[in-house]
Amino acid sequence: MSSELLFSLLIFAPLVGFAFNGLLGKKLGGHLYPGVIASVASFISFVASVGLFQLVSEQPEQAKYLVIHAFDWMQVGTFRLPVQFLIDPLSSIMILVITGVGTLIHIFSIGYMAEDPGIAKYFSYLNFFLFNMLILVTGDSLPLLFVGWEGVGLCSYLLIGFWYEDHEKAEAGMKAFIVNRVGDAAFLLGMFVLYSHFGTLNLLELNSLAPKEAIWNWLDPITIGTLLLFVGVTGKSAQVPLYVWLPDAMAGPTPVSALIHAATMVTAGVYMMVRLSYLYTAAPYTMIVVAAIGLLTAVLAATMGIVQWDIKKVLAYSTVSQLGYMVFACGVGAFSAAFFHLVTHAFFKALMFLGAGSVIYGMHHQQDIREMGGLNKRMPLTYWTFMIGWLSIIGLPPFSGFFSKDEIKWFALASDRGGNWIFWGLAWVGSLLTTFYMTRLMAYTFWRDKKYSADHQPHESPWVMTVPLMILAFLAATGGFLGIPHAIAQILPGHPNHWLEHWLKPVISLPTIKQGITVEYEWLLMGLSVVGSFTVAMVTRYLYLNRIDLIDRTRERFEVIHKVWVHKYYVDAFYQKYFVENLVLSSRDLWRYVDVGVIDRLVNKIADVTKELGRGFAWLQSGNMQNYAFITIIGLIIFVLFLFKG
Amino acid sequence: MKGLELFTTVTYAHFLFLSFVLFALGVLGVLLRRNLIVVMMSVELMLNAVNLTFITFAKALNQLDGQIFVFFVMTIAAAEAAVGLAIVVAIFKRFREVNIRFFQFLKG
Repeated sequence: MSSELLFSLLIFAPLVGFAFNGLLGKKLGGHLYPGVIASVASFISFVASVGLFQLVSEQPEQAKYLVIHAFDWMQVGTFRLPVQFLIDPLSSIMILVITGVGTLIHIFSIGYMAEDPGIAKYFSYLNFFLFNMLILVTGDSLPLLFVGWEGVGLCSYLLIGFWYEDHEKAEAGMKAFIVNRVGDAAFLLGMFVLYSHFGTLNLLELNSLAPKEAIWNWLDPITIGTLLLFVGVTGKSAQVPLYVWLPDAMAGPTPVSALIHAATMVTAGVYMMVRLSYLYTAAPYTMIVVAAIGLLTAVLAATMGIVQWDIKKVLAYSTVSQLGYMVFACGVGAFSAAFFHLVTHAFFKALMFLGAGSVIYGMHHQQDIREMGGLNKRMPLTYWTFMIGWLSIIGLPPFSGFFSKDEIKWFALASDRGGNWIFWGLAWVGSLLTTFYMTRLMAYTFWRDKKYSADHQPHESPWVMTVPLMILAFLAATGGFLGIPHAIAQILPGHPNHWLEHWLKPVISLPTIKQGITVEYEWLLMGLSVVGSFTVAMVTRYLYLNRIDLIDRTRERFEVIHKVWVHKYYVDAFYQKYFVENLVLSSRDLWRYVDVGVIDRLVNKIADVTKELGRGFAWLQSGNMQNYAFITIIGLIIFVLFLFKG
Repeated sequence: MKGLELFTTVTYAHFLFLSFVLFALGVLGVLLRRNLIVVMMSVELMLNAVNLTFITFAKALNQLDGQIFVFFVMTIAAAEAAVGLAIVVAIFKRFREVNIRFFQFLKG
């Protein structure tokens, strides 16, 4: 099949599903078929992405991409914006992940949302999200990417506030939307800066025009442009200081958290940086900022994850933390590692969110882990699949998280774009914290003795929910083999190479290893990670199961730190006090004085003047026919006189 | 004797003068009379004054266009009379009189 046809299928299947469920869903009623339609649409999309992936891999090595031109959007002066889509090694993997994981989550939702009266609306939003996400990752220019970027933001808002009758949930949606606006404004400015410097916004052209030599200058347009784009990333991919919306976004239905707020949308920022890797490597100052912010986010979010009681909040902070790792990897130039972690994270975090969804479903919408416990007996399938997600995220081999996270940690030390022991140390501490809070979650949810009351019997979820869990568990367990590190590959039979890095080589900037860092270091780091994680996991498990008093005493001992973590470092309170409240107050004043006092008064004045003028001329319309005729004739005479004079 | 030519020889100027007088009478009738039927007759008078001018110039310039126009004017005049009379009848039915001031009731 031709690439155009496949691409149309890819893009339009979810759009048709969206339109169908959105327009007719409510009218036709029924609880099963909206989900079936949406899942089929998503699956068609997945099949199309497999086809496109196949087509891309058949392309010759030096031109490994397909361009699909749809139409010209606008032409302003010398600026021409074609709506053109790019399927290359990078976006072909992205569409596979989006539609693949997306389809599984759609199917899971059929079970999870079965009781909800708004099921047709839910599925139409979900399909619309897929459509926008596909635009985002396939658009071949920044404006087109931005269209998708805003589209997924809208869907995120709609789905977080899906149960909008609950005021708190509606507010969470607004928070996500508004925080993202801040990032998006910077994103737009970044586009302007880059356009004025390069004269193009095409992604491939931007990469090829990027200077080969790094520019060490804070005021260089490339540095400023990439920094502004990065502010957009901090909004969309939930980095410090704009990460605050993501934990609140858990107000949405759990499959939405899995799809949008873990696997796909929040990784859009990382995707964008990977996509513009040559541009970012040309701006080393930006890279330093990116790495610092990423690492800061990874560690801070992990510490906040430790004190959460809501199962979804734990996973949310974990997502922020993992996104921090990806961003950090971009910052040290390890774009392939960032992308690798993006893919494996999509697998194991979607798995864990869906697992959490299954738990919540089984526990009759109980989300507090203190009320759970002993679920490993009640929900064996959920437990075992969740277990694989846990093994994956704490980075034990051979599960996928081990490979991708370890690669990031390896480049934290070994990359010659700023790798050092401090970075590695922080990344390592962050991963130990991850192990700690994930193990805590496991202990509370599954291993501990049961805590639920007798009339609250949890039950295993139906197969529409467990089958996607099992498929995702398989992916989470094996996804790591996409990128086997060189050190391990050397001792394996056949020396399998790092497939993902090799596959992405034509489109992204690859990291280089510092001099003096040998393969022994790689073994050492790997060993430290695995041993560290394993020890922390075992100790945590032991403490939470047998010595809970020790945990409680430690918490009381460090009450100050605990309080800071529970209050999320007072960041939300700070924003509330200094930004939100001031904004509300100044908006009120603007409304009272500018809107009512100036604008309304001006408009009213114009209306008054018009009215008075009308009243002044009203006598002309007497209604007397002969008056009219008289005036007409006088006019006629004057006209004729003028005619003859001139 | 030269001055008498004005009265003895009929020139185009005579026709035009007559036409002017008729038209002026028509205008005055429309402006001053209150009876609708008379007003309509005055309108007819104006139209026919114009017809006379047309014919005069057709003859003077030796072109047929003017004469053809007259046919059109007559057609329009007939149509106008039909509509106008219908209105007059309507006014009469309503007010038992055909005074032009009744049109003031149409004022919005």
